[in-house]
Amino acid sequence: MKKNKLTTVLMVAAGLTASASLVVTADPVDEALEIDGQAMISRTAAPDGHPLKEVISGWHYRKAETRNLEKDTFENPGMLAVEQGEEIWNTVEGTAGKSCASCHNDASESMAKVGSTYPKWNEASGKPFNVELQINQCRTENMGAEPYKFDKGGQKPLTAYIKHQSLGKPVEVDLAEGEMQKWWESGKDLYYKRTGQLNLSCASCHEKNNGKHIRADHLSQGNINGFPTYRLKQGTLISVHNRFRGCIRDTRAEFPAAFSDELMALELYVTWRGTGLSVETPGVRQ
Amino acid sequence: MSGIQKQIAAVLATACVSYFAVSTAVNAGEPTAPADVKIENLAINDSLTGAPGDPAAGKKTFVNRKLGNCLACHANSDLADQPFHGEVGPSLDGAGSRWSEGQLRTIVVNAKAVFTKETVMPGFYSLDVGADVREDLIGKTILTAEQVEDIVAYLATLK
Ligand code: HEC
Ligand code: HEC
Repeated sequence: MKKNKLTTVLMVAAGLTASASLVVTADPVDEALEIDGQAMISRTAAPDGHPLKEVISGWHYRKAETRNLEKDTFENPGMLAVEQGEEIWNTVEGTAGKSCASCHNDASESMAKVGSTYPKWNEASGKPFNVELQINQCRTENMGAEPYKFDKGGQKPLTAYIKHQSLGKPVEVDLAEGEMQKWWESGKDLYYKRTGQLNLSCASCHEKNNGKHIRADHLSQGNINGFPTYRLKQGTLISVHNRFRGCIRDTRAEFPAAFSDELMALELYVTWRGTGLSVETPGVRQ
Repeated sequence: MSGIQKQIAAVLATACVSYFAVSTAVNAGEPTAPADVKIENLAINDSLTGAPGDPAAGKKTFVNRKLGNCLACHANSDLADQPFHGEVGPSLDGAGSRWSEGQLRTIVVNAKAVFTKETVMPGFYSLDVGADVREDLIGKTILTAEQVEDIVAYLATLK
């Protein structure tokens, strides 16, 4: 009973003291995203079973300077990496004397739906594959080349180049294949698992508090339709698993290895949470 | 308004009570371990160190991003000189009038005990933490007993 009384006091008091001057409240900006004049779906109704009503791209939560950089591929600093990825696509590597292009020809056709439909069920491995894992499988099995180490070699630029071929296409993962549903469930468990000394889950920040500031950062829904994204602060592309690991680390927890089953499940689940959003790779973030 | 006034009266009353509690516990020595902290009616009435906190030191710990980092989630007009106040929690203006010292101590020690288990506010002197805690932090609290007392003393000044 006492608890109820206190809660009421808290609510009344919070209302009385709402301090407008110190806090810059910033809802996701109500603006349409076009990239080179092509309309992007950057907010859309959430799919069935989604905890939020509307799915919103992280682009809406950034400041005008950052948003503008993403609207124009000449201004987007991430496009340099995409061009680098195109070079890698056409470069022969490994004992088989092949490049990606040797098998897949024109990426704008062969890769057009890859960025919007991965992670995809990989029967032989018994797990979902993201673009990075698929690239590594092609390198080892078809090219006779070494797999890329996490975030090393051409992994980020080549992934960005491949996903960029799906620019504008709505994200849609196929949960009916193989054991995708089971992986989706474990990804969901992880999303709500509170970790670390600070005892926070992904949902604590990106579901409960998106749209609010956490110190200088404006919390988004944590969608990954723009990955790899170009981060101005780091001056480089940031991969999905790097971002996940960073967010988990910030709760003062040990974080799983890149491409571990945990992070693959999380990637599948978080991709699903962004269902319907256009692929924006490479997104630009602060 | 009368609710708030009642709270203020309660704060004053508890402040007096805990003043006595402190003066009898001053020679306790070791700070109370997280597992031994006693919460009664949402309040922890005894100082964790047996001594009153230092509000000036508490203000520093409150701001420090590696310690309290309280501004990450809370606005506080008393720190208007600091940029970027968060909005995840309520503004702390007047927190010292809304809550008794014992309640403020509970909020900082383990916010879950005052709000709900779902609160996103970390427990700063609690071992009831999340999964997979970073190895070097296992069994450790975010703040020391002394730092908690300093912050509580500082919060009590936010009238
Ligand atoms: C303590 C708060 C906090 C927690 C917990 C947290 N994040 Fe984040 N996350 C942030 C902040 C701050 C940013 C940068 C601003 C933004 O885009 O939301 C961010 C950014 C992201 C982004 C980039 C979004 C974009 O548009 O570029 C993704 C993806 C993300 N987080 C996923 C996650 C996942 C998955 C988890 C759980 C494993 C998680 N976050 C846990 C605070 C958090
Ligand atoms: C990650 C976010 C977060 C951090 C960090 C945080 N808090 Fe909170 N705090 C909250 C939330 C959210 C509430 C409101 C209770 C709720 O909704 O669960 C709250 C409530 C409070 C209240 C009661 C609010 C009132 O004025 O009636 C006090 C006092 C408080 N916090 C103090 C602190 C102090 C001191 C620190 C740092 C040592 C701190 N908080 C750090 C999120 C946070």
